[in-house]
Amino acid sequence: MNDTPLLEMKNITKEFPGVKALDNVSFRVAAGEIHCLVGENGAGKSTLMKILSGVYPHGEYSGDILFGGELQSFGGIRDSENTGIGIIYQELALIPEMTVYENIFIGHEIKNGMMVDWNETIRQASEMLKKVKLNVNPAVKVKELGVGKQQLVEIAKALSKDVRLLILDEPTSALNEDDVANLFDLLRDLKVQGVTCVMITHKLKEIMEIADSVTVLRDGRTICTLNARNGEVSENVLIKHMVGREIDNIYPKREHKRSEEITFEVKDWCAYDPARERDILKNANFYVKKGEIVGFSGLMGSGRTELALSIFGNPERYHLQGEMFVYGEKMQFHHPEEAINAGVAYVSEDRKRNGLILIQDVKQNVTLANLREIAQRGVVDDNAEIKIANEYKDSLNIKTPTIEQKVLNLSGGNQQKVSLAKWLFVKPNILILDEPTRGIDVGAKYEIYTIMNRLVEQGMSIIMISSELPEILGMSDRVYIVSAGEITGELPIEEATQEKIMHLATKN
Amino acid sequence: MSFINDLQKVLKQNIREYGMFIALFVIWAVFAVLTDGIFISSRNISNLLNQTGYIAVLGIGMTLIIVIRHIDLSVGFLAGFLGAVAAIAMAFWGWPVYLVIPVVLLIGLLLGFIPGFLVAQMGIPAFVATLAGFLVYRGAILVVTEETGTIIIANDVFNAIGNGFIPDIPVNFMPEVHKLTLLLGIIAIVLFVVGELNGRRTKQAYNFEVLPMNIFILKLAFTALLIGGMTWVLAGYNGLSWTVVVVLLVMGIYYFVSTKTVLGRHIYAVGGNPEAAELSGVNVKKITYVVFGQMGMLAALSGMLFASRLQSATTTAGTLFELDAIAAAFVGGVSAAGGVGKVTGALIGALVMASLTSGMNLMGIGISYQYMVRGAVLAAAVIFDVATRSRR
Ligand SMILES: Nc1ncnc2c1ncn2[C@@H]1O[C@H](COP(=O)(O)OP(=O)(O)OP(=O)(O)O)[C@@H](O)[C@H]1O
Ligand SMILES: [Mg+2]
Repeated sequence: MNDTPLLEMKNITKEFPGVKALDNVSFRVAAGEIHCLVGENGAGKSTLMKILSGVYPHGEYSGDILFGGELQSFGGIRDSENTGIGIIYQELALIPEMTVYENIFIGHEIKNGMMVDWNETIRQASEMLKKVKLNVNPAVKVKELGVGKQQLVEIAKALSKDVRLLILDEPTSALNEDDVANLFDLLRDLKVQGVTCVMITHKLKEIMEIADSVTVLRDGRTICTLNARNGEVSENVLIKHMVGREIDNIYPKREHKRSEEITFEVKDWCAYDPARERDILKNANFYVKKGEIVGFSGLMGSGRTELALSIFGNPERYHLQGEMFVYGEKMQFHHPEEAINAGVAYVSEDRKRNGLILIQDVKQNVTLANLREIAQRGVVDDNAEIKIANEYKDSLNIKTPTIEQKVLNLSGGNQQKVSLAKWLFVKPNILILDEPTRGIDVGAKYEIYTIMNRLVEQGMSIIMISSELPEILGMSDRVYIVSAGEITGELPIEEATQEKIMHLATKN
Repeated sequence: MSFINDLQKVLKQNIREYGMFIALFVIWAVFAVLTDGIFISSRNISNLLNQTGYIAVLGIGMTLIIVIRHIDLSVGFLAGFLGAVAAIAMAFWGWPVYLVIPVVLLIGLLLGFIPGFLVAQMGIPAFVATLAGFLVYRGAILVVTEETGTIIIANDVFNAIGNGFIPDIPVNFMPEVHKLTLLLGIIAIVLFVVGELNGRRTKQAYNFEVLPMNIFILKLAFTALLIGGMTWVLAGYNGLSWTVVVVLLVMGIYYFVSTKTVLGRHIYAVGGNPEAAELSGVNVKKITYVVFGQMGMLAALSGMLFASRLQSATTTAGTLFELDAIAAAFVGGVSAAGGVGKVTGALIGALVMASLTSGMNLMGIGISYQYMVRGAVLAAAVIFDVATRSRR
């Protein structure tokens, strides 16, 4: 490593109304390294990167940015791109209806006079795809690709702009293990080619695997920068710096109690999706007992979310067959409202699209699914609402200046907590969690697991869909494995191992 | 100095909310100058408010339509058509006015369910569904007035809605002012101030953000002055008109429903994110029906207010009302992206649109230029919406 760093951010301070998101933060990245940026939800990671990429232009923050040894004052994203900084946001920014090559060159089209030179575009796009080792036809539409491949297209797009510093904000949160491995191979390759990389992640294992150095942020301040190549970094050390205390077991212990009462059961469940013209579920049979956490494991896109949605009541989206029993009573939900009334709740995996009303504030989001409880004759009791929202803010430790803050302005992980709070307030008997800890920091994960344990202790049944094997193994009483729309196996936790699950998950 | 800074900050943060007041103020000031003060005479203001009535009720309904990300182009001619129906019921069928009004409102509600059905059930874009309604009701007005042309309404009670004023307290004190109007104005100011103070105290108790004290007082004083001034001007003429009473009543009900009830919350949730609302147990279809239904009902009310004001139903009644209503909603701060917009704003927006018409009429500007100006104001309101939205 040479002495002048590629990037140096000095004494960066950024305030939002009521929040000091960054307080005198310093951040140095050496040329040619992979630098991980970690910290709790709301620590200021995304904000720091948005300052670097010009989303918050010069003048909206205080402090200096030095890139390649020169003082920079970006007026917008264009400026940072021209300087050689590329960013890939927490949520992907591709246009699903457009082709891969159109997406790669959108905004900096290759022109031949007035016209777009499509042949040259496709040629260069293929080259970029080769660079990121993505073997797809550049003429397919982006919506046909899985999340992992879309991510690679995003990187190709960034590379097409000659980046020297590539920023990835939680790139792996929606990827399965293979895709993650792929991505990391690519990042190492890029490193050899001279592209420096900053990656934000909440997955400590990944840091151990790929980072050259790590910077920890906490409450808008730089805590430390560690060298990850000389053994001073371990998961426990990171947790301690991030959270400020030690957590010895991320998965809090719970007795695996065996109640015999089946609260929820599905028999011969089939679903056909007319929009995609294919069967998405085939003959699913499963049950959940009182006080049990049942894990649903499988690869991304194996049909677990569809399974949850088909149960939760989307009569128009799918054609359904089969039977469903809630507390032994045969039921069918025609609308999520009926499911909620029957005591079933579903916490969506896609909080921005299906979970939250981003332009409304925290309290309105928390109470939305159960307004009736705080209303009398149809009139909402404002005081009751404030009380409830504050209770959940405290019990889930949601980081926000007040519950009147718009959810839009919360950090990703805190948004997830709001989404969870909304469904806990419904006080369901059967809670379906779809990737409940996606984008959530270790400390908050621990809190959520503790809450899950408390809920099942009180007699709730939890169905937990998760792509993280350690989470499945750490939290479930029983595991179902889903592969290509079919339940390919069921394992009690004592018999479940990573190998067995992966084997069943890739059966189809 | 910090006061000026605070004021700038508050104005900047709430530009969407205060923008319409500024627009209204500027328009009034300009017309006051251009018409040598005639525009702000008691008589003209009183007239202006009565002309605002039928646009204001449409604007209030339209606000909710736009909040749930739809549009209704049919309301103008629907209003005209239902005004004609009311006139026919009274003039030809001899129905009593107390039957006509609820029946026409009910017809409006039911007709409103038609675009509701097309949009919610059939998935047809509201723009297309209501454009069809626009044409159908245009034809319907012509059909029902084909034989008679303009239908004269001879019912005094009905005509009083658009032209009459509330009675005064019969005492021999200050004979030249309308005392009941004055009294109501004072009550309104007191209620407003007490409500604001209470709201502020609750917010502070929960540590929510409140306006700095001096700016809060400024806001109170400004609003009190506005209500007071308005009351004084009206009391110096004939007092409060029945139209204004009707509009304020509708306003009050809509304000309550949209901000305090479960239904209101559900409407704004659907506007904010329909997918998330649906998965939270909100029945998006039902909300769509309700919102289009209420729009139909308010179109009926608007049509009757207009017919009452003209004391007749004409073949062209309702022309371009939908434009003014949509403009009123946008001037009033509703966002085309959905989920944002207060019904109270539509009232101010409607005042802006009616002021433009009234002022230009006073100045003797031809109808052709009036259209252009109104179109420009609509465009300006939407540009303002987009500009202030992306600033955040
Ligand atoms: N536009 C905004 N308006 C107000 N506050 C904001 C805004 N954007 C971020 N914040 C606040 O700034 C703080 C830092 O947010 P940031 O998104 O940078 O966190 P993060 O470290 O990326 O967290 P996560 O891991 O949850 O994504 C949070 O408290 C957040 O609520
Ligand atoms: Mg973030």
